[in-house]
Amino acid sequence: MLNISGVNKVFNAGTVNEKIALNNVRLQVKSGEFITVIGSNGAGKSTLMNIISGGMLPDSGTVTIDGKNVTRLGEHQRANLIGRVFQDPMAGTAPNMTIEENLAIALARGKKRTLGFGVNNQKRELFREQLKLLDQGLENRLKTKVGFLSGGQRQALSLLMATFTEPKILLLDEHTAALDPKRAQLIVDLTEKIVERHKLTTIMVTHNMDQALNMGNRLLMLHDGGIILDIPDEKKRTMKAQDLLKAFEAARGGEAFSEDRFLLT
Amino acid sequence: MNLALMGAIEQGLLFGILALGVYLTFRILNVPDLTVDGSFALGGAMAAKMIIDGYNPFVATAAAFVVGCLAGAFTGVLHTKGKVNALLAGILTMIALYSINLRIMGKANLPLLREDTLFTYTKDLGIPNLVVGGITWLTGAAMVFIVGILILKLIIDWFLHTDLGLDLRATGDNPKMIRSFGVNTDSTTIIGLALSNGLVAVSGAWLAQYQGFADVGMGIGMIVIGLASVIVGEVLFGSSSIFRVTLAVIGGSIVYRLVIALALQAGLNPSDLKLITALIVIVALTVPTIAKGIFKKQAVRTVKGGSDRA
Ligand SMILES: Nc1ncnc2c1ncn2[C@@H]1O[C@H](COP(=O)(O)OP(=O)(O)O)[C@@H](O)[C@H]1O
Ligand SMILES: [Mg+2]
Repeated sequence: MLNISGVNKVFNAGTVNEKIALNNVRLQVKSGEFITVIGSNGAGKSTLMNIISGGMLPDSGTVTIDGKNVTRLGEHQRANLIGRVFQDPMAGTAPNMTIEENLAIALARGKKRTLGFGVNNQKRELFREQLKLLDQGLENRLKTKVGFLSGGQRQALSLLMATFTEPKILLLDEHTAALDPKRAQLIVDLTEKIVERHKLTTIMVTHNMDQALNMGNRLLMLHDGGIILDIPDEKKRTMKAQDLLKAFEAARGGEAFSEDRFLLT
Repeated sequence: MNLALMGAIEQGLLFGILALGVYLTFRILNVPDLTVDGSFALGGAMAAKMIIDGYNPFVATAAAFVVGCLAGAFTGVLHTKGKVNALLAGILTMIALYSINLRIMGKANLPLLREDTLFTYTKDLGIPNLVVGGITWLTGAAMVFIVGILILKLIIDWFLHTDLGLDLRATGDNPKMIRSFGVNTDSTTIIGLALSNGLVAVSGAWLAQYQGFADVGMGIGMIVIGLASVIVGEVLFGSSSIFRVTLAVIGGSIVYRLVIALALQAGLNPSDLKLITALIVIVALTVPTIAKGIFKKQAVRTVKGGSDRA
């Protein structure tokens, strides 16, 4: 489904601020896989997501999605293949537009834009049906501006918008990190429900080790721009957060894992 | 109402098209576009020249729309593809248009004295003034203008609710999000700037026909007048929906003209008008921000939005 080979990305090359964000990354993702990704701050997780989505282009290497080489395609040229939810709940929706208008934009993903009405009764019916799945009562607030919703509601809506057109790949970049624990759990549950429902191929970055272990069926750990651990489903099921830390230390040749941003509970 | 105030309403209506154009860039795209001063005069020049050359005034006005769109698209390409700062891109087009407008007209001022124009057509309709209780409220011409601009407003309302229109609005509201849904924001920005300046040029074309001449300097200060109309309109008449705000913007244009007319009647020097206009915009821009600051301090909870629109 997704094939990344030999991808390099360097920021500020040739200056004192040079930073190798991705170093010869290789990754093959099969259809239907749900990969969780962990790694310390600055490991290159977001950069990897941006390379897949086209928000950034790699310095070298190739990216293939569903057999199509998309390496040099801009974000908007491959958006028909990819659904995305960002960390910032404000980032995935247009605040001054209504819920139904936001959904209409999502529904038109990758299609040729016309001068037909963006929202009509037929689409409204579909939107109501989809919004009901979120359990937030949003199906009765189609004409509310999204800016009036809470962060959790906006993130739930973003998740719906990214997924209900069934993209080839769903990218989630710490999409629960900005929410309080209760709302974060709600989004986690929704994520599992939606991914399961559409059998979406998913890559989810998280800073929460338990989330990384409990969700999905494959786990990657990134460090210094490289994938240092790739744990398959069977092994992942048996692991605890402590085992992950040990595995990290082993992979790094004894270097202790120092990252207080990781949650161990 | 006296003659000056009735004239102010007529002018408010035809400058309302300018205001709708400025609304498209300033509010919908969230881009300050200074092309306006050039494209307004471009519309006037184009229409006047074509009418003098014997073209039907409807055709001449449509041509003004087309060249206005081209001017806006040029600014858009400069800004998106050439990565020129939006303000500078607009200024560059505006300056270039000054020479182009002179070329089109052949001289600095083109009178339309004995020509058929949209305005002479309007008067030929012979629609009587609206008189209620012995007071003339609206001229016949103003009533035709109202119908014209309301039709235009409804077309804009419709456009902003189409798929393409939603993309345009989202481009101004959250460009990162709309790109993730497959929209090329360069294209939507160029389309928005084109339509905006097309409308502005129509306003210029209409003004040239109304006042009976086109002048190379007729666009000076139009961007500020457009902004004043948008901001005053929003403050006075609200901006809760597209339908409402497009109406508010036209209302703002009329109010602006009435205020100017009253100020002149009160003995204000016409050469001070631009200063007054700038002051109106400054007050309208800063007062809501200041008021909001005070309100925020009092309020315990505030609604969070993305880009903030005062
Ligand atoms: N646009 C950029 N310009 C310069 N450096 C960047 C940029 N984006 C990311 N980086 C750097 O690249 C490294 C990887 O960043 P990122 O992928 O965001 O890490 P994370 O794993 O925390 O998401 C970091 O050192 C970061 O500072
Ligand atoms: Mg990150």
